[in-house]
Amino acid sequence: MKIIVCIKQVPDTKGGVKFNPDGTLDRGAMLAIMNPDDKAGLEAALRLKDQYGAEVTVLTMGLPKAADVLREAIAMGADKGVLVTDRVLGGADTWATSTTIAGAIRNLDYDLIITGRQAIDGDTAQVGPQIAEHLGLPVISYAQDLKVDGDKVVVKRQYDDGYHMLEVKMPALVTALAELNDPRYMTPGGIFDACKAEITTWGRADLKDVDDANLGLKGSPTKIAKASDKVRKGAGEKVTPESPEDAVAYIVGKLKEKHVI
Amino acid sequence: MNLEEYKGVYVFAQQVDNKLSGIAFELVGEAKRLAANLETKEVTAVLIGSGVKNLADELAEYGADKVILVDDPELKDYRTEPYAHALSSVINEFKPEIMLVGATAIGRDLGPTVSARVQTGLTADCTQLEIGDFPLVAIPGQEQKHNQLLMTRPAFGGNTIATIACPNNRPQMATVRPGVMQKLEPKKGAKAEVIEYNPGFTPNNKYVTIKEIVKAVNDVADIMDAKILVSGGRGVGSAENFKLLDDLAAAIGGTVSCSRAVVDSGWKPKDLQVGQTGKTVRPNVYFAIGISGAIQHVAGMEESDIIIAINKDEDAPIFDVADYGIVGDLNKIVPQLTAAIKAELANK
Repeated sequence: MKIIVCIKQVPDTKGGVKFNPDGTLDRGAMLAIMNPDDKAGLEAALRLKDQYGAEVTVLTMGLPKAADVLREAIAMGADKGVLVTDRVLGGADTWATSTTIAGAIRNLDYDLIITGRQAIDGDTAQVGPQIAEHLGLPVISYAQDLKVDGDKVVVKRQYDDGYHMLEVKMPALVTALAELNDPRYMTPGGIFDACKAEITTWGRADLKDVDDANLGLKGSPTKIAKASDKVRKGAGEKVTPESPEDAVAYIVGKLKEKHVI
Repeated sequence: MNLEEYKGVYVFAQQVDNKLSGIAFELVGEAKRLAANLETKEVTAVLIGSGVKNLADELAEYGADKVILVDDPELKDYRTEPYAHALSSVINEFKPEIMLVGATAIGRDLGPTVSARVQTGLTADCTQLEIGDFPLVAIPGQEQKHNQLLMTRPAFGGNTIATIACPNNRPQMATVRPGVMQKLEPKKGAKAEVIEYNPGFTPNNKYVTIKEIVKAVNDVADIMDAKILVSGGRGVGSAENFKLLDDLAAAIGGTVSCSRAVVDSGWKPKDLQVGQTGKTVRPNVYFAIGISGAIQHVAGMEESDIIIAINKDEDAPIFDVADYGIVGDLNKIVPQLTAAIKAELANK
C-alpha cells in the first residue's frame, strides 16, 4: 500500500503565542512546527505502515525551510519526502494551493492520501477536500478514526451531533483531526535517517496537468482586501486570594456588582 | 466566465434528519441584509435532502423569496459527493452571484468541494460580510469593482483578521460561522416560490457508504443560547469532576460547556465545545474554570460580556482576556462558590 501524507509547516500558536506591546502578534518570536492535524494524519499513516508495511511519502508546499518538517516526518518513520517550492507558487489561496499539490501528487502512485483537517495558521479546512476534487477522488473529512479493510478505508467521521462510520474504496483522501491519535516521537535512528534522507524538490515545471492561470497569487480567485492583527481585549483584574473563602467572596461580590445575582 | 450572468444571493439551507439547522435561518437573514444593497434583492435557499419539501415554508417564514429543492433518495443523510453534485449543479444551472454555506462540520466539507468543482474562490469561516468596493480604495491604473462581497474572517486562531474579496470569479462563496449572523423575525404564513430541480444521481467512485450513524445523547440546551456558561477545561481533571461545574451551573441558572481538550479526552460531547473548532458563544457571564486559554478557545468566547477565570497557574493565558481572574484551586473554590450563590439567591 502507498500512502501520501500532506503536511504543512506552521507557526506554533499553542500556548506559545507572542504579542508585541501594542497587542499585535509577534510572528518572528514563534516556533515553526508541523501542523497538529497533519501530524495526527502522519501518525495514522505510520500505524498503517506498522500493520501492513505501507510506503509513506510526506509532501509539503512552502519555502525551502519547510524541508524541516519533512525531515521530522522521516525521523518519525516516513519513507520519502517531497518539497514543492517555487517563487511563482507563493501567495496562493486554497484554490491555487490545492491545484499545486494535486499537480505534484499526479506524479506519484498512491492508494490513500491523508491531510490534516486544517492548519492552525489559516484554519480554513479547505485544501484537503479541494485536492480530492482536483484528483477526482472521494473525500472523507474530519476523521476521528481510520482503518483499512482490504481495498477499502473505513473512517469514523465527526459531526456536530455525533459521528458516521463511512467506508469507501481506495484510492481516497481522508482529512485527519488532531484527536485521531497521539503522534509518536522521533527515534534516534529515525533522526539519523532523516539527516541522510534525500528530499525530492519540485518546482513549477514538475507539476503535472496544471495551468499557470491557477497558480500562485495571480491564480488565486480570493484576494486580500485588508489584513490586520487584531488588538485583543485587555486583561482585567487578577487576584490571588489567600483562601478559597476569600476567592468566593471576591467572585460573589463581582456577580452582585454586575447584577448577575 | 461572464460575471454579469450571475445574480442573486443564495444560501445552502442545511438540514439534518428533516430538521433545518439554525445556521440556515441565520444565512437567510444575512442574505436579505446583503441583497438590500444589490440589484437583485431576491434571496434563494437551496434545500437538499430526501423528503424535505415540507421545510420550504419555514425558510419562507424566515425570509427566503425562493427555494430551490433538490430532493432525491440518495440525499437522505449527508454524504459529500451527492450533496456536492446537487449544490454545484444548482450553481451551474441558476448562476448565483453569492453563495453562502454554514461553517459547520457539513458546510466545511461541502463548501470546499463545491468551490473547487465550480472553479471559484471560497473564504472560510467568515464572521462578517459586507457589500463594497474592491480594492477598498481606488488604485490608479487598476479597475475598482463595485458591489463586491467583502468577507471578513479571523485567522491564526483569531489573532488576525482579514477581509477577502473574490472579484473575478462567480459565485462569490463563503462559509459563515454559526451563531454570528442574525435571523429575521419569522413572518407566519409567508410563502416562497419553490423550484424543484434534480440533476440526476448516479453513484460513482466518490459515493461513500454509511455503515452506521451514531448520535451523541443531547439532552442539554444549546450553549450558543445560554446567558451564563460554566465552562471547564483540562484542569477539571476528569469527567466525574465536572459534577462541580454541573452543580455551579444549576445554582446560578447556567449551562455547562467545555474546551477542546475536554472533548478530546472524551469527558464531554463535541456540541458543548467552545472555540475555533467548536462553537462561538457570547453569554452575559462566562466562567472559564481550569481552562488555560489557548487562542483557539479564546477566539470562541472572548466576546462574552463578563469573563471570570479560575486557574491555579497564574501565567495561564486565560487571565489575559478575563475581566476577573482568580488564581487558585478550582476543587476548593467551585464547591464553596456554589454554596455561596445558593445562599445569596435564597436570601432574595
